[in-house]
Amino acid sequence: MANFTKATGIKDWLNQRLAIEKVEKVIASEYWIPKNINFLWAMGMILVFTFKMLLISGIFLMMYYQPSVEQAFDSVNYTIMREVDFGWLWRHVHAVASSVTFLIMYIHMFTGIYYGSYKKGREMIWISGMLLFITFSAAAFSGYMLPWGQMSYWAGMVITNIFSLGGLHMDGLVEWIRGDYVPAQAFLTRFYMLHVLLLPLAIIGLMGLHFAALRIPHVNNQDGEEIDFDAEAKKYLDGDKKGSKVMRFANDFLSKDMMVLGIFLIFFFYLVFFNYGFALDPVNMDKADGLITPKHIYPEWYFLWSYEILRPFSTNVGLIAFGFAQVIYLFLPWLDRSSNAVAASRRGKFKIWFWVLLIDMIVLTAMGKLPPEGIFSTIGLVAALVFIALWIILPFITMNEKKV
Amino acid sequence: MHNNSRRGFMGKAFGAVAGVGVLGSLVAMKKSWDPLPSVRAAGFTTLDMSIYKEGELITEQWRGKPVFVLKKTAEMIEKQTESQEKRDIIINGSHFMVAIGLCTHLGCIPAYKVDEEEFLCACHGGKFDWSGEVTLLPPPRALDIPPFKIEGNNMILGEIGPEFKAMKDSGITL
Amino acid sequence: MKNKEPLILVVVVAFSLLVYLLVETYAHSVMHKHVDSQNFEYKDLPPVTKTGDIRNGKVLVTGAGACIGCHSIESEGIAANIDVVSAAAIYGVNPPDLSDVGVLYETKFLANLIKNPTHALNVEHKFDTSKGQMHPMVAFYGAGGDIDQEVADMVAYLKSIAISIDDLTPKMAYENACGRCHSMAYESWTEIGQTPKFKNKINELAYEIKTLKYQDSLKAYMGKLPPDLSMYYRSRSESFLSTFVEDPQSHLKGTAMPRVGVTAEVFDKLYEHMADSADTKRAERDAIGKNVMIYIIIFAIFAFLWKKQVWRDLK
Repeated sequence: MANFTKATGIKDWLNQRLAIEKVEKVIASEYWIPKNINFLWAMGMILVFTFKMLLISGIFLMMYYQPSVEQAFDSVNYTIMREVDFGWLWRHVHAVASSVTFLIMYIHMFTGIYYGSYKKGREMIWISGMLLFITFSAAAFSGYMLPWGQMSYWAGMVITNIFSLGGLHMDGLVEWIRGDYVPAQAFLTRFYMLHVLLLPLAIIGLMGLHFAALRIPHVNNQDGEEIDFDAEAKKYLDGDKKGSKVMRFANDFLSKDMMVLGIFLIFFFYLVFFNYGFALDPVNMDKADGLITPKHIYPEWYFLWSYEILRPFSTNVGLIAFGFAQVIYLFLPWLDRSSNAVAASRRGKFKIWFWVLLIDMIVLTAMGKLPPEGIFSTIGLVAALVFIALWIILPFITMNEKKV
Repeated sequence: MHNNSRRGFMGKAFGAVAGVGVLGSLVAMKKSWDPLPSVRAAGFTTLDMSIYKEGELITEQWRGKPVFVLKKTAEMIEKQTESQEKRDIIINGSHFMVAIGLCTHLGCIPAYKVDEEEFLCACHGGKFDWSGEVTLLPPPRALDIPPFKIEGNNMILGEIGPEFKAMKDSGITL
Repeated sequence: MKNKEPLILVVVVAFSLLVYLLVETYAHSVMHKHVDSQNFEYKDLPPVTKTGDIRNGKVLVTGAGACIGCHSIESEGIAANIDVVSAAAIYGVNPPDLSDVGVLYETKFLANLIKNPTHALNVEHKFDTSKGQMHPMVAFYGAGGDIDQEVADMVAYLKSIAISIDDLTPKMAYENACGRCHSMAYESWTEIGQTPKFKNKINELAYEIKTLKYQDSLKAYMGKLPPDLSMYYRSRSESFLSTFVEDPQSHLKGTAMPRVGVTAEVFDKLYEHMADSADTKRAERDAIGKNVMIYIIIFAIFAFLWKKQVWRDLK
């Protein structure tokens, strides 16, 4: 056993048992961050915050929500919204935070693509991040079922039908997922379980992996500069704070995180209190009815681009294209053949590729919401083909990229 | 968050501002745990006292608890002691024993034996007489009387009327 | 090195805003049919040109075989002849009480309704007299004099007995204008009225049976049970609701729902009642929202000052 001495205080007592000083150094004061990074590097901290908001508001919603097809709708719209003190606050925070989480996730993701932060040594950061994106998507979808409104029901119907895998007619699999022939009680209860237990556990685990993946390669910086972290950290600790290229995570970078968070929160709470409609679709304020399909069915905005890739093709081709869109981002570290971990602006053809991809994603998103008629379906088809083409040509345009 | 370097004044000021926000959200959280308005509204039960028969024990419900209502017979009124009489609730000339039907020992529901005119608690053998007073230990005190208010023939459980206030002040019930 | 952050912020905000405008503002404007509001003026109906005489109106409305044959006027002590369930079995729906119709409905609408119900209600597609489809409300054919004068008299009488618009509560407006066909479960309102509290299961079930019987008549009359409006304030936009109430045919061609005929002021009350059901805490949300915004701006300022202090040593 280790040698314990009489503690000089609470801190020392804890230190002997938990090495809190060392832990503090490892995760905060001597976790070194490059100085040449901009506010886009604070998006991770914003996501930690939005996740925390989802967790807290979710706990309070869970206290009054009833996962039964008869009571779910009223437990949300009557009990939580009318009866529970501040119930409306938790619901609006939960809805807005889930939508905003995706916005920030997309910004976080495209920041990574722009600065090449998935290159050699950082592949696991990228992969764990994409896995987080997938689990968050599953959590968002399962959560969307819970109010049991018209959109919940019909989204549940349509999305689970995807698992019949078109021409393969795997209706048995669809029924297995639903636990019934249509979305009903068994479906609601299992999606409730996924939403409040299994998926949050997976997310928390993956967040741990995502942070751990950062330790060895360190975060990238906006100039793609190779930094000798040990040497720079020594310089900082020796007192040359101005000359060192790195800074402490806390309080140095944390103070900037908090500043960005402050600005973000102004935007966030404005949405929660005064502009929540985009995150709480009016159609879902009608109780689920298995005999009436709403005039327009569309997923939440963050799923629209992949939904649109499914839409313009025949069933089987559409499903293959949809499957392609779901996994292709995972392979980015290998599809990008160049070793330049620098901003896209310095990478020639990749720079064009990046902006075309971003705009194409936005076009797909818009077309996914618009009714698939006339010009909109043509634009949707072209955008879907462009998306696939972009990923096919990526290895070829990056293969011969000049080293910078 | 802990830093070896000096945190400085602004750090402390920022921490204080953030703390105010955390406190504010704690208030909202506390309120979300409160009983719902519908639960509170259901906390009042009106009993029509004209329907009870003499000598027959009826168990009503109030705030999820059983409430014993016994309209006393003429003989009971005749023979009752001063302390038993103090527990009487008189509505339109009729005398009632109204009490929360939970043993004051550990909360079991005593059963009424019509022939013996007494309550027996099955859990630890405590006994109460027909007026609710303890006749056999372990119960520490007589059956509790729920807050009530008399309005004509009706008795509203949950509201505090002058008759209940007097009983409470004189220590007849908790 | 040049600070690129403002430029980056502009790019991020511009793209986010673009997505928002496309999927919210633009997509919704494409998806939803736009119907222009007529400001509840009912321009297709001819106006009332005569000045009504209240006394003669009273005789016409309350005379034997007149309006009160089917309608009650509770404020004047004229009760309904039969209960709501039997009334619905005969007419399809409970005929409205006339106490406050003078304030609820547009003057012109009332006059036209008396003379030609199917036209005023805009349900001629459903009640074609040539095919023997009679509207349950019988048109007023005149009492022997000038029919337009008589209708004006009746409208004048109805307006004279109605309470003032200021005393008309949103709930009263809803009950007469919507509540005989549309339940509002969150306000304990069924098509036959406010649901009382029951002590005995038997009374509760008896009341439920009454409601179901009424709903059956209503279903037969309307083709389907009209929807519950508890959440309509949040599930439909204000412009949809107002233009729909103004003329249901404008959104839903062929619907059995009649034109309601309320004035613009009364529609505002109906809308308020729907808000009271679907969004009871809107005032609290706005008030707390303002305080939170003030707090969060202070939070951001302190965070900014802290960052400035910490970074003074770094750069």
